Amino acid sequence: MKRPIAILLGLLIFTGGISLRAETDEEVEAHRSVLDLTGAFSNEGFRLRDGHWVGVVNPKERTLIAVNLYAGNQYWFAAAANEKAKKIAVDLFDENGKQLVTESYNSGEKAAAGFSPQSSGQYFVSLGVLEGESTTFCLVYSYK
Amino acid sequence: MNFRVRCVTIALLAGTTVAFAAETVSLPPDQLAKAIKTDALTIPTPGELFAALEKPGKPDWAGQYRTPIPMTYRNRAQIALNLGGLIADGFIAVEAQDSQQVKNIGTDIIKLAKALGVSENVLSRGNSINEFAENSEWDALHEELEATQNEVKTSMQSHSDQDLVILVSLGGWIRGTQVVSGSVLKNYDELSAKVLRQPAVVSFIHTKINGISPELRNEPLVKSVNEQLVNIEKLVAFQPGKTPSLDDIKKLNAAVTKLMDEIKNKADAK
Repeated sequence: MKRPIAILLGLLIFTGGISLRAETDEEVEAHRSVLDLTGAFSNEGFRLRDGHWVGVVNPKERTLIAVNLYAGNQYWFAAAANEKAKKIAVDLFDENGKQLVTESYNSGEKAAAGFSPQSSGQYFVSLGVLEGESTTFCLVYSYK
Repeated sequence: MNFRVRCVTIALLAGTTVAFAAETVSLPPDQLAKAIKTDALTIPTPGELFAALEKPGKPDWAGQYRTPIPMTYRNRAQIALNLGGLIADGFIAVEAQDSQQVKNIGTDIIKLAKALGVSENVLSRGNSINEFAENSEWDALHEELEATQNEVKTSMQSHSDQDLVILVSLGGWIRGTQVVSGSVLKNYDELSAKVLRQPAVVSFIHTKINGISPELRNEPLVKSVNEQLVNIEKLVAFQPGKTPSLDDIKKLNAAVTKLMDEIKNKADAK
């Protein structure tokens, strides 16, 4: 195993993810990386939701994750990938599939989108590889 | 400082650039239908719901307390539903910054969790909740309650009780919706009322319940809850941008209160 077991177990306990499958090294790495990114949001009073999604995202494909947001809250959706991805994107769509104007942060294999919904309901977070190969992503979100 | 300015600040702190994405793409319904839905991200936590309710002004959180629920349930589905509701009660007590109430609810959460035979990890959360409540560490309590809920679910999965996981989420959602609709009824304003539009959450929960084992799904309490969700889904399906009226909120509050009472009191659950 390339990564220490302690890190893997620590992350699993910290995140409280409900999957019993042990996360792979790539998943642990992506998760660690995205938590680094969300630290900046926490300093601004955003609260990290205790939950995450990990999975492989392919170039030229969109992976969509459904979320339900509340009008009045502010959200940051943050994703990180492994180094095989040189540049990634996080976009947001409303329940009709219309792309939303978001505050967007991008730094190579990390990206985030900030949004304040005017209407409560279902939205879709889109993850994509803009440059690089298929690789493991981790998505989390923060709110206040 | 407005949201956009704060976003730029965050980006600068992180040593990178921020851009404001242009509106460019529309996705077809069949692509949206394939979106990943997961309990860990798709169902909002009670904390998120309550954060939105606080925006127009701090609600009377203590006014939303309820009398303690029984700790003597034997039916595992009923325990799971009530455990979710209790965790939502914990968030209410945290929002009210009421240490004693947090400790009382924390104790009850652990009692119900024990009845389900969850792991020692969950039980040790009880001590943390007490400690944070003693020290008025509200942010830490918020995180601890979310972590407790997730750990209960993890433990259920490891005990082959994965079908109960959605019932914990459902119990929390119903109790949260009862509290928010009750609060809006007491002090109606449009921004708070808009929070209650959540049709996709109910639809997702309904789909998950339809996927659990037929034996559990046909238990009297679960069956009744599942049937009532059909009506509740309609009551939270306001048009986007439309503000629900006071009458809409009354109907929703009556429906979720009836359901919550059944979850708390149903005596003939197997």
